[in-house]
Amino acid sequence: MYYGMPLELKSDMSIFTTRLFKGIVTRNIKPSVSPALESCGKELKALIRKRFGRSLHLREVDTGSCGACESEIIAANNPIYDLQRFGISFVASPRHADALLVTGPVSKNMALALKRTYEAMPEPKFIITVGDCALDGGVFRGSYYVEGGVEKLLPVVLHVPGCPPSPLALIESLLGFLRRTP
Amino acid sequence: MDHEKIVPDIAHLGLGFEVLSVKQAYPDETRLEVPVAAFRESCLTLHRLFSSPVMMLFASDEIRTKGSFTLRAVFMDKGRGQWMVVSADVPQGEPCFDSLAKDMHSAILFEREIREMFGIEPKGHPDPRRLHLHNEVWPAGQFPLRKDFKPSPPANFGAYKFSRVEGEGIFEVPVGPVHAGIIGPGHFRFSVAGEPIVQLETRLGFTHRGVEKLFEGRDPAAGLALSERVCGDAAFGHSLAFASACEKILGARAPLQAAYVRGIYLELERLYNHVNDIGGMATDVSFSFPAALASVIKESIHVLNEKLTGSRYLKNANRIAGVASGISGPLKKELLRSLKILRRDFQELVTILNRSVSFMDRVDSTGTLKKKTAEDLGVVGLAGRASGVALDLRKFFPGAYQDVSFKMAMQASGDVLARFRVRVQEWECSCRMIEEFAEKLDGGPIGAAAPLKPGEGLGYAEAWRGPVLYWVQLSESGVIERCKIVDASFHNWPALTYAVLGNIIPDFPLCNKSFDLSYSGNDL
Repeated sequence: MYYGMPLELKSDMSIFTTRLFKGIVTRNIKPSVSPALESCGKELKALIRKRFGRSLHLREVDTGSCGACESEIIAANNPIYDLQRFGISFVASPRHADALLVTGPVSKNMALALKRTYEAMPEPKFIITVGDCALDGGVFRGSYYVEGGVEKLLPVVLHVPGCPPSPLALIESLLGFLRRTP
Repeated sequence: MDHEKIVPDIAHLGLGFEVLSVKQAYPDETRLEVPVAAFRESCLTLHRLFSSPVMMLFASDEIRTKGSFTLRAVFMDKGRGQWMVVSADVPQGEPCFDSLAKDMHSAILFEREIREMFGIEPKGHPDPRRLHLHNEVWPAGQFPLRKDFKPSPPANFGAYKFSRVEGEGIFEVPVGPVHAGIIGPGHFRFSVAGEPIVQLETRLGFTHRGVEKLFEGRDPAAGLALSERVCGDAAFGHSLAFASACEKILGARAPLQAAYVRGIYLELERLYNHVNDIGGMATDVSFSFPAALASVIKESIHVLNEKLTGSRYLKNANRIAGVASGISGPLKKELLRSLKILRRDFQELVTILNRSVSFMDRVDSTGTLKKKTAEDLGVVGLAGRASGVALDLRKFFPGAYQDVSFKMAMQASGDVLARFRVRVQEWECSCRMIEEFAEKLDGGPIGAAAPLKPGEGLGYAEAWRGPVLYWVQLSESGVIERCKIVDASFHNWPALTYAVLGNIIPDFPLCNKSFDLSYSGNDL
């Protein structure tokens, strides 16, 4: 499905002039990718408001992923999913984070950096793993250079499965987790 | 020996080195076997003869079969569309060879890798440091790619020495491995004098997972699944290179229809990454409207990918000697329809950026990589083409691309703007080629049988960053003995450290994004 709305431009009219005359002509991205997104998001927002005061701040750490999980986490922030409107923001420092989102099988070179990032976070804090290799190493399990999952080093409260998990799967997992925890 | 016939150019050289054998292993692959004493000389000869960087340089442990290590260097003869593979046996008792690094920049990192992975010493190499295996966690004398390797507990091997710039007013700025954004891990160490960067040193290897070792002992089908997870944003490019290596060895060719479908997938991968990078450049100059538009276009391609293959990243779409499913009927219609909308949206994105004076001001003459530097470093792919290095495997090793109207995108200035423009040109070209490929789809067979056979061969694909090369060796029992992977990122990371010189640190993200090199594809 593609929900682009055509902009009928005349060749002699600049985009900005068009906007000036036409008002808001940004694309209509509703109905969204899946109707599940809106209902999930609404509930997620309410739960986050209740449990975390206003919002949930996440810090992402890549411990040796192939990059697909990062790409999907970034996609969750694009205008179509727009995770931020549900009260979830990604922050640049672990000092600002409530939770750590960890991808990758934990390569030996990243083990220390992961621990330090976790230590830098203020309490209370928790870890969510994203993607199959963060659970137990996935396809990289048994390699001489991976620890084989985040749980071997640090406590994990939630795992989001998938290779990579789609943005919607990420949102649904977070929702399921918040529903379960009191 | 009739090697003059096989490699006509060699006849004119009056060979200064001894050649043990020359063999045309496959129509696109010529192999020269030389004694280890002549390895350096022969590599440098081919390097100069074909003006080719060393595209791959690696070792393999063949002690069990041949009683020695084997070194291989791969060069590209663009004129004849040939890969030249030079090999030399390195005796187990004396694991060393003469380093190429001082005469050929492109060999520097490869030789550091050979040393740490096999314990084979490149004699006279200027840099004694390890590459992927960090000193902090990996003991001395452990060579993981040797067949008799047994892991031992981690140990500290001393501190890693960065090269330092010293003097009044010089500041050192260390960044990473954990960055502020949602990206891969790498360490950058800037030395700045006032604002301009006078030196940048990258330390990578943080996503090293021992991928090459993991390939060993798998059959080609299992290897294919692993190759899709080497570098997530080039999953299809990697799987295509791996599959083509296996197909060569097994003597199984993918049917033409499958080759067209692969062409479509490879170009779709290029489309979503190019638009992502263009959006990233807009983000890095804080121009958020086009960045948002780019991310919507990217998302639409992921949705399209999922419809075509069941995966947003085109995973599990490839097979040895074929593809998982064809594109026909409503799917083909959907593909062409989506493409039309995508092209229109992309055109709008480019128009906005081209008309923005502030965007142009930030990208024009920023992060310049000179053609000479690019050639010396052996820069390949998109970054090379933006600096005037005319190299695209789709042109020189076309395969299915000879049936479509491929045109190599070229720019000369080598700055961020040039890399932006190459992406724009390639996007147009890729859209056109997808349409042409789709026109040729007639529902014919998309798979072939691939009976197991031992052997070795080179597979390649021009993924969106540049060439991805896989050298695969299959054993008698049909499992992988050795798999060497070279992503374009491995060639291109050193280029970034030259491109940023004289620029200011706030422009680094922009320079970095314009290359958009892979951490995982580099670190393996």
